[in-house]
Amino acid sequence: MSRVTRLFRSAPAYPLLLPGMVWLAIFFFVPMYYLLDMSLRTGNLLDGFNQVYRFANYGDAIRENKEQFIRSIIYAASATALAFCISYPLAYVIAFRGGRYKNFLLMLVIAPFFTNYLIRTLAWETILADHGIVTSTFRSLGILTATDKLGFTSGQRLLATPLAVVTGITYNYLPFMTLPLYVSLEKIDKRLLEAALDLYANRPRAFMRVTLPLSLPGIFAGTLLTFIPAIGDYINAYLLGSTQTTMIGNVIQSKFLTFNDYPSAAALSFTLMAGIMVFVIIYARILGTEDLA
Amino acid sequence: MAAGTEVTQATGAQQDTAQPRKAPSRFWARVRYQLLNVFAGLAFLYLLVPIAVVILFSFNDPPGRFNFTWHKFSTAAWQHPFATPGIQDAVVLSLKIAFLSTIIATILGTLMALALARYSFRGRSVTNFVIFLPMATPEIVMGSSLLTLFISISFNRGFTTILIAHIMFNISYVVVTVKARIYGFDRRMEEAAMDLYANEFTTFRKITLPLIMPGVLAAAMLAFALSIDDFVITQFNAGPDITFPLFIYGAARTGVPVQVNVIGSMIFLIAIGLMAVNILYQNYRGKRDAIAISGAVRKAQLAEAT
Repeated sequence: MSRVTRLFRSAPAYPLLLPGMVWLAIFFFVPMYYLLDMSLRTGNLLDGFNQVYRFANYGDAIRENKEQFIRSIIYAASATALAFCISYPLAYVIAFRGGRYKNFLLMLVIAPFFTNYLIRTLAWETILADHGIVTSTFRSLGILTATDKLGFTSGQRLLATPLAVVTGITYNYLPFMTLPLYVSLEKIDKRLLEAALDLYANRPRAFMRVTLPLSLPGIFAGTLLTFIPAIGDYINAYLLGSTQTTMIGNVIQSKFLTFNDYPSAAALSFTLMAGIMVFVIIYARILGTEDLA
Repeated sequence: MAAGTEVTQATGAQQDTAQPRKAPSRFWARVRYQLLNVFAGLAFLYLLVPIAVVILFSFNDPPGRFNFTWHKFSTAAWQHPFATPGIQDAVVLSLKIAFLSTIIATILGTLMALALARYSFRGRSVTNFVIFLPMATPEIVMGSSLLTLFISISFNRGFTTILIAHIMFNISYVVVTVKARIYGFDRRMEEAAMDLYANEFTTFRKITLPLIMPGVLAAAMLAFALSIDDFVITQFNAGPDITFPLFIYGAARTGVPVQVNVIGSMIFLIAIGLMAVNILYQNYRGKRDAIAISGAVRKAQLAEAT
């Protein structure tokens, strides 16, 4: 055994891990405890918040904001589904037909991340504005009449509607969907597809039985990486929505930063976190991918 | 892998029926092929149009406070990007936070990545899970829990709390990025150095560090980008301080100045430029190393021959 291997085997890894782990412990895990602790208190900013272990805080907070919870789930799920429908063909084309331009095309995919999150959401406000080209075109084609009827939009406009919020969320998290899909599609051994075709599978069938199952890890990672941030998002609803499109993130944000109703806000935040954890575990069981990282 | 066995079963079943492979009409095959390309093109359009809008509207001269409708071409905002009161302080604060949090998070994260990629130790999977968790938690939960901590211990929010938060969410991304690089390199380089009587420190400084440096740099760039872009966690923990994203948020309802688009475009162009330089440098290095290696091989062959 060489000196290096011996050194690296025997020398403890813990000193290297210690500073980072301590940081994460104090500023990620300890805060979670304080969040739970705060969610069971009662009181107000002036008199202070007393710990009374009031579990009813959860029931109250969820009951009062049931609508926003449901809306967040619907918006996040729609945005994830849309992002998937856009990303899968996109990732497929880059992985299978990108050739020497693969890296360039991938750079285009992550290009939106090089502008600020709020600026690109404001750009959507410009694009969807009431007097803009998109809105007037949609209106003259009668598309808005149809979407108004479906409840996606209202009042012959795009801005300040559910459609605008979902469009913004889809846009902002799209690279989170495309990149994992690309990675899993890129890894597929092309000879497997050739084998399927040689064995008389037609193209759709080869896709369904070879490509799709092999890209499952990417689908799993991509949908989670999109859905999790999407469900807690409040910027798109704030900039592109109206009072009718408030999401749970908006409620948590205003309770914490405007109304100083910390216990109720903490209860909502903790519920969101717990809900996501349960969802991830169930989802992992269904898709059969236990390996998250 | 389960999917692999399914593939062979599926194709096996196909073979039994042994139907002759129908040649689809060439026209429809081509249409189908092109359809996917067209769709991908539209997806790129969807990705890039908002960026074009940001840059285009940085040259606008809006009549009112809102920069939402095109009025007149002007380079005024580009000539005076910091003319709006408060915007300069916000940008400076964002840069300060980004620099400091990048340096600290990169050091902490690289050490953790070295430990994870190099050693087998008890608690490895727990460590991996701890590092994974912040990346899988919605920002609003991290931001609000950290705020609750600071409220509970009556810690005043401001520069320090923003910095603490940014280091916290950056560590995991650094670890993941650097770890990927460490797994990719040849350990025998270090063994060779040690065999040639370099001590641990010299080996680390002369061999390990230069080899993982591209990964560390990539991680630092990612951390910097994440920090300068962060809004949610910052909003919860900023107190009275205003970073650039917070400035935009504040301006969103009262009218966003054109300068916001100018600075946004600048950040975009700088980032794209850095990325292009990085790709070109990697290509250059790849070529240089290839030449150096082939030279060394030839020398060795010559030495063997003589």
